[in-house]
Amino acid sequence: MTETATPGARIADVCLIGGGLVGMAIALGLQRNGFHVAVLDEGDVALRASRGNFGLVWVQGKGDTLPEYADITRLSARLWSTFAASLQDSTGVDIQLQQRGGLYLCLTEQELDARARMLGKMHEAAGGDYPYETLDLKQVREKIPEVGDTVAGATWCPEDGHVNPLLLLRAMTERFKAQGGIIDNTGRVETIDPRPEGFRIRARAGGDWDCARVVLCAGLGNRELAPQVGLSAPLSPNRGQVLVGERVRPFLDYPTGHVRQTGEGTVQIGDSKEDVGFDSGTTTEVMAKIAHRAIRLFPLLRDVKLVRAWGALRVMTPDGYPIYQASTTYPGAYLVTCHSGVTLAAFHEGPLADWIASDRHDPSLEVFHAERFTL
Amino acid sequence: MSDRDTTEYCYDLAIIGAGPAGMASAAEAGQLGLATVLIDEQEEAGGQIYRAIERAPLADEGVLGSDYYKGRLLLEAMQASHTDYLPGTSVWDVEDDLTINVSHHGRSRQVRARRLLIATGAQERPVPFSGWTLPGVMTCGAAQVLLKNSALVPPAPLVLAGSGPLLLLIASQLSHAGVPIEAVLDTTPRDNYLRAARYSPGALRNPKLLLKGVGLLRTLKRSGIPHITGVESLRAESGNDDHLDRVCYRRKGVDHELYCRSLLVHQGVVPNVQLTRALELEHRWHEQQQCWHPDVDVWGETSRAGIFVAGDSSGIAGAQAAEETGRLSVLQIAKQLGQLEEGKRDTRAAPIRRRLGPHQAIRPFLDVLYQPARSFLIPEDDTIVCRCEEITAGELRHIADAGCQGPNQAKAFCRAGMGSCQGRLCGLTVSQVLAERSNQSIDAVGYYHIRPPIKPLTIGELADIAD
Amino acid sequence: MPNVSHFERLPMRASEPVTVFVEGQAIKVDSHDTAAAVVLMAGLVPSRTTPTSGSPRAPYCLMGVCFECLLDIDGVANQQGCMVKVRDGMQIRRQVGARDIHEPRQEPTT
Repeated sequence: MTETATPGARIADVCLIGGGLVGMAIALGLQRNGFHVAVLDEGDVALRASRGNFGLVWVQGKGDTLPEYADITRLSARLWSTFAASLQDSTGVDIQLQQRGGLYLCLTEQELDARARMLGKMHEAAGGDYPYETLDLKQVREKIPEVGDTVAGATWCPEDGHVNPLLLLRAMTERFKAQGGIIDNTGRVETIDPRPEGFRIRARAGGDWDCARVVLCAGLGNRELAPQVGLSAPLSPNRGQVLVGERVRPFLDYPTGHVRQTGEGTVQIGDSKEDVGFDSGTTTEVMAKIAHRAIRLFPLLRDVKLVRAWGALRVMTPDGYPIYQASTTYPGAYLVTCHSGVTLAAFHEGPLADWIASDRHDPSLEVFHAERFTL
Repeated sequence: MSDRDTTEYCYDLAIIGAGPAGMASAAEAGQLGLATVLIDEQEEAGGQIYRAIERAPLADEGVLGSDYYKGRLLLEAMQASHTDYLPGTSVWDVEDDLTINVSHHGRSRQVRARRLLIATGAQERPVPFSGWTLPGVMTCGAAQVLLKNSALVPPAPLVLAGSGPLLLLIASQLSHAGVPIEAVLDTTPRDNYLRAARYSPGALRNPKLLLKGVGLLRTLKRSGIPHITGVESLRAESGNDDHLDRVCYRRKGVDHELYCRSLLVHQGVVPNVQLTRALELEHRWHEQQQCWHPDVDVWGETSRAGIFVAGDSSGIAGAQAAEETGRLSVLQIAKQLGQLEEGKRDTRAAPIRRRLGPHQAIRPFLDVLYQPARSFLIPEDDTIVCRCEEITAGELRHIADAGCQGPNQAKAFCRAGMGSCQGRLCGLTVSQVLAERSNQSIDAVGYYHIRPPIKPLTIGELADIAD
Repeated sequence: MPNVSHFERLPMRASEPVTVFVEGQAIKVDSHDTAAAVVLMAGLVPSRTTPTSGSPRAPYCLMGVCFECLLDIDGVANQQGCMVKVRDGMQIRRQVGARDIHEPRQEPTT
């Protein structure tokens, strides 16, 4: 590699690596705490989970095996309306947040029973403070008359909702820049050198950055970056596919785990347990399966035209839960990675950014350390 | 369709598009004994240039001229070959193993082949200007399709505006058909003539085409149609009926206005890259043609082995060149499949390359002469760029300033390119506007990721595959 | 309707006439015409309004690129009119904004 001559490194209080939904939310939270923040991002054609997700702000079923995850998910859902309002105030962008509840539709009794049991356990674990209902077909049709006859029922959670994730990214980016934030798109970050006074960061094509703190929010890119600051990010890509149907007049008042209608009227179809959980597999076969299920759920989608289909790579830890961790070897370095960048955006902008800003150990986050995978 | 029509069968060659490149390729492949399937979304072979050539419904053959009827020879050669011809069949996705997903009258199936030849031709360059979305405004190519397919001509008063050979051709064809034309507004920038002059030696290698061009200008002059050159600031306006009512322009600093109910616009043609982009083939910006070309070798093979592109979809060179590049690709495919020795391939290729020469030699001259005026490439703020989502150039500049890094981020930030046409009519402009605003080269800015299905497909049709 | 502009037909070598209905009005056309050509002949312009702002549009490219010729054909919304050949008895209507997927599919009139 040839050394790029740099006219001296640029300086920021905090460098965030990765300008996706996770990175931009934390960047805004750090700005709120008074930091001068630079976001180092790749160009237009990076692997971008943030552009490929489904847009659910989803609570039901999340954290069924980790109550702390259920807690931050619900906390984020509660913080969302304030966060969305403040984004609209500062940028004028309406990110189409709606939190009127959501349904997870099931096609078989077994599927419905399994979900009801899972939510029942979560309800118990939360000491009764976990709102959900199990609905039969008739009850589902009171909320969504259009569901098909083969639907067995649904689980319903009043805390679920959805948002336009593309406008969310746009609004966060606009606000970040308007508040004096710098986005450096000169390319993939290759090295992070811990120095006595902080870190020097070097991108493949761009100039260097010096900063007191560095936050890794690079999605799958964290795998290579984390070891450089004494952290570990055992992540793997998980390909998921989403189908998008043409704009139609409003027909669906609530998001469901598999189908939602956007504010523009387009119909998004995924095959997910949660917000971005899809099957992986070959393209046409998986696309056909996703379409097939969608039509059983909503027969009236049969004649709707597809405008596009896409695959995105999910950023998955072995247990599917986030890693939130400060480096003890190199104080000032943080790792933030998760696959629910939409649902957790309000949490990231709020409590998580405050934690990074305060630079204090938070025992409640220990459960999200990467050591859980090696123990 | 023959009895080979089963999903398990694997053809030697699948050709997509039955225009000049596709028809000539099918005929060549037939001669070389390749098991070939020709897939075309139109109901009748011919592509846009030889549209409806088998029926040729116009009673007066003088309207379209003899060049059009040359297409019959290609059609006959294609029909004489043993090609499986699938009309009315659109390709909506091609998988990594060259399995082609096609749709025919609402039913999808798969076609397999060892080699793929993309001959999807050209589309007209998007012509963004103020008022281009108004009913009453359509492209010159559209008028030609209606003329060839249905013998239809646009209502009066009629004005033509733009630049390029097709503008003059359609003017002379309509005029021959007795359609009154108020004016031909020529937006070719004046300094293009000077810039093109240095490429005239190449142009002289194709005297036939040059003479045809001169002939068109002469016809126009004889017919008494005002050919107004140096037209700037083109604008279409409506009356109170949501329809085009007048066209406004500036010439030599003076504003003019013409009453019209039909306005045909044209700024040249560009390769149809929807499929080559969806396949993530390498593309390169062509400065003289101001558009992207898929990267191909001398046989038309792309950056992905086994996938070839011929005709205008690999770079604009016209119908006759398209035939020849199609034939060349087939020779190489036959060689790769062991149907033709290298020596024989080269012997057969030599005369084809000789015929191709003049068509390629004149391109730099034509490309530079008819390069669109800047305002059609990088329009003013209030001009709609993405017709589907109604995104203006100003909005694109706003998001560029707000941190948008390129066309794919632009899709996310403002929905440009997210509508029904899947970016076909805004892709070039979005990249050029963003490149200019962010001070980057267009190669650095790049193009939309094109996502399948690249042709309309209902959710039901897709779901049926899973049954 | 004032100011209606119709495309006009030049003499044809041969024609196979069929009858189609444009907004319910019968019109005789050629069997090789496309639905988009028919609306231009019938003067049904604008032939659609956009789902984004309701702005008026009409067929633009006629070769399957622009999706401006979206029509309601035999009760199925958002058909690309320039890619659909007419059939005897075809019902062609304006596409008004986004489609309503609740509307039942109409049977083609025979």
